[in-house]
Amino acid sequence: MFDSLSERLGGIFERLRGRGALTEIDVRAAMREVRVALLEADVALPVVKDFIENATQRAIGAEVIKSVTPGQQVVKIVNDCLVELLGGEDEPAPLKIAVTPPAVVMMVGLQGSGKTTSSAKLASWLATRERKKVMMASLDVARPAAQEQLRVLGEQLEIATLPIIAGQTPVQIAERARQSARLQGFDVIILDTAGRLGVDEALMTEMAAIATATTPDEILLVVDSLTGQDAVNVASAFKERVALTGVILTRMDGDARGGAALSMRSVTGAPIRFAGVGEKLDALELFDARRVAGRILGMGDIVGLVEKAAANFEAEQAEKMAEKLAKGQFDMDDLRQQLGQMKKMGGLSGLAAMMPGMGAAKKAMDSGAINPKLLDRMEAIILSMTPKERAKPEIITAKRKIRIANGSGTTVQDVNKVLKMHQEMANAMKRLKKMGGMKGMMKMLAGMGGMPGPDGGAGGAKDTGGPGGAIDLGAVGRMFGRPGLGSLPPGFNKFGRK
Amino acid sequence: MSWFGRLTQGLAKSTKRLTDNITGLATGTLPLDDDRLDEIEEALIAADLGPAVAGRIRDRLADQKFAKGIDDAGIRRVVAEEVEKVLAPVAVPLAITRRPQVVLVVGVNGSGKTTTIAKLANRLKADGKSVMLAAGDTFRAAAIAQLKIWADRVGVPIVAGDQGGDAASLAYDAIRKATDAGVDVLIIDTAGRLQNKAGLMDELAKMKRVIGKIDATAPHDVLLVLDATTGQNALSQIEVFGTVAGVTGLVMTKLDGSARGGMLVAAAEKYRLPIHAIGVGEGMDDLQPFDAAEFAAALAGSGD
Repeated sequence: MFDSLSERLGGIFERLRGRGALTEIDVRAAMREVRVALLEADVALPVVKDFIENATQRAIGAEVIKSVTPGQQVVKIVNDCLVELLGGEDEPAPLKIAVTPPAVVMMVGLQGSGKTTSSAKLASWLATRERKKVMMASLDVARPAAQEQLRVLGEQLEIATLPIIAGQTPVQIAERARQSARLQGFDVIILDTAGRLGVDEALMTEMAAIATATTPDEILLVVDSLTGQDAVNVASAFKERVALTGVILTRMDGDARGGAALSMRSVTGAPIRFAGVGEKLDALELFDARRVAGRILGMGDIVGLVEKAAANFEAEQAEKMAEKLAKGQFDMDDLRQQLGQMKKMGGLSGLAAMMPGMGAAKKAMDSGAINPKLLDRMEAIILSMTPKERAKPEIITAKRKIRIANGSGTTVQDVNKVLKMHQEMANAMKRLKKMGGMKGMMKMLAGMGGMPGPDGGAGGAKDTGGPGGAIDLGAVGRMFGRPGLGSLPPGFNKFGRK
Repeated sequence: MSWFGRLTQGLAKSTKRLTDNITGLATGTLPLDDDRLDEIEEALIAADLGPAVAGRIRDRLADQKFAKGIDDAGIRRVVAEEVEKVLAPVAVPLAITRRPQVVLVVGVNGSGKTTTIAKLANRLKADGKSVMLAAGDTFRAAAIAQLKIWADRVGVPIVAGDQGGDAASLAYDAIRKATDAGVDVLIIDTAGRLQNKAGLMDELAKMKRVIGKIDATAPHDVLLVLDATTGQNALSQIEVFGTVAGVTGLVMTKLDGSARGGMLVAAAEKYRLPIHAIGVGEGMDDLQPFDAAEFAAALAGSGD
C-alpha cells in the first residue's frame, strides 16, 4: 500500500523533470498508477475505466507549471476530474422539501447500509437546521425490531414517529404515514424502508410499489462507504426501479478510501447529498466532493483537518494565543491548551487518520505502539505543575521534576519529554511568528490556492502542490508544533516509545 | 435450495461480471494471450479480489502453458482452481468441543452480526446442541429486542440487559448462567463498531478480558462477521479486529446478493484465518458451511 498517489507517481516522472507539456506516453504511464490507486480505493472497474479515459484526454498536452513536478501535475488533473465528477466544489443542492406539505423523503438501500440511523440523522438535521416539523415512519417489516429501533431513535431525538401497527404491509404503512402527516401538519415525512438486495425481485417490486403509492419528493439511496466493486451493481439495480434523487454515504468516519462514492455518483447520476460521519445522531455532514476526492486518491483529508481545527479553535483562545505569539511566548498552559484542542479534534488517531503520509503513525497507534492516552498523560503532567512552573518552565529543577512526576503518576523521563516537547513547540511558535502569526496562517490554510510550500519542509514538500485543493501541509504541521509531516509532533515520537 | 444454488442464482441475476467478461472474449480455443489475461485480471478485480491478488492470479495463469490454447470453460476452470487453492486451507467449520463453548461475535456496524447469530444458533440447535444467546449489543436502539425475537423464533434462551448497559458485565453474567445451565454453546452479540474507533475497540478488548476472567480459555471463538458487499476495507477489519479481539474465524454475510466476496481470497492469502460459514439469505436456515471449491466455482462462474 502507498500513502499518496503523488509519491507513487514521483518515480515514474523522475526522468521527466524539467520538460514542458505532458506527452501521451507519460500520461498513460501515470494513469496506470492512478488506475491501481482507484481500484485499491474500491472504485468500481467500469467507472475507473471511463474515468481514466477522460482524465487521460484532459492531461495529454497539459502544460506542466513551473515548480511543480509532472507527477504532481497529473495528480492535480486527476483530482480536478474527481472533484468535478463527485459533484464539484459547491455544496450539494438542498433537498426538495419546499413543496405542499408533507414532503415525502424515501430512504432505500441494502441491508446494513445504515438507512435507519441515516433516517434519524436526516430527520434531526431537517428539524434543527431547517426548522421543519418532521415525522419518521419505518416500513421495515422484515428485520425483527426494525420499527422499534426507529421509534426509540425518534424518542431520543424528540422526532415524531408513526405509531406501529402490527401486520400492515409497507405500502399500507406508507399511505398511513402520509395521511397522518397531512392531518397533523407535518412538513416532511421520512420513510425508512427495509434493506433489500438488488437481486431480490420481490422486494425490489415492493420498493417500486411504495414509490408509486407515495410519489416521494426525494428518494435517497443509502450506501455504505465501505462498499467495494458491488457498488455499481447496487446503484444500477436501485436506479432501474425507482427515480433516485440523491445518495447518502454512510460510515465515512471509517478508514475506507470511499471509492464507492465515485461509483455511486457516476452510475446513478444523482448527487451525493450527505455523509454519515459517526454513531451519534448529529453526525451527518453535507457531502464535500473536494475532501472525498483527496481521500480516494490517498491524499488524506487535509481540508477536513483544517475545518475541524478551525471549528474547534475558539476565537477567544485564538486571540490570546495570537497575543502571546506576537511576543514570541509559549508557556506550559499554552501547551496544555493545544493538547486540549487536539483531544477535541478526535485525539491523535483521529488527527493522524486525516493526514496524508500519516498511515504509519496511525498504524502504530492502532497496534498500541503509541498510546492514544498520551494526551491525557501529558495533560496530567502539566496539571501537576504549579502556575509559576507553567508560566516559566525553565525554573523546573530536578527536585521539582520528581514532585511533578509523583503528582502525575508518571516518571521523570516523561516529565522531561513534555518539557522537551514544549521547548520544541515554543521554537516552532517563534518560527511561526516570523511567518505572520496565527492569523496569517489560518488565512493561508483557508485560502488553499494550491500554493507550493513556502519552505518545502521535510515530508510536507512531497505532498504539497499536488491536487488543486492542496494546501501548505508544513503550515498545518506547524500549527501543531511540527516542522513537517510524516513524523509525529516533536516530542511525541519519543514519548510514544516504551 | 442449496447455498450454491442461491449463490449461482444471485450471480445469474446480477451482471455476471466474471462470466460475461470471459465469455465476451471469444468462442473456441485460443491461446491465453495478454489480452485475455488482462480480461481475467479485470474480472477478478471486479469480484473484489483487489488489484494485487488479481495480478498474482493472472501471473500464475500466465506461467501455465496452454499449448493448444484454452476455451472459456477452460479459463473459468483454471481460475476456479487457482482461487480454490488459496481458499481450501481456510475452509474449516466451527467445531464445538467444550462446554460451554463461548463464541463472541464481532464486526463493523451493519455487517449482519445479529442475524448471523440467529442463524448460527438455529444450525447448532439442529445439530443437537443446546445454545444460549447473550444480547451484548447494548448500544444500538432495539438491538436487544431484535435478538430477543430471534431467540424466540429459534427457541433458545437469551441473557439480556438494558440498552446502554455494560456489555462486559452482561457477558460475564451470561457465561455464569450458561455454565450453570450446562448449555453447549453460548453466543455473545456485540455492538457494531468501525475498527478505526480506538475507544470502541478498547471496549471490545475489555469485554474479552472480562470474559477471560471467568474462564481463562474463553472466548473460545471470536467470529468476525464480514459483509460481502465490503471492498478492500475488509482486510483492515480483519487486521484490527484480529489484533484487538483475537479473531479466530470469519463468517461472510450477504452472499445472496450481487457481491462476490472476492476479498475473502485476499484475506485467506494474507491472514489464513478459518472461514467458517457464509450467509446466503435473511432466513434462519440461510447459513451454510464455507466450501472452497463451490465458492471458487461461483466466483469464476464455472458452477455449471
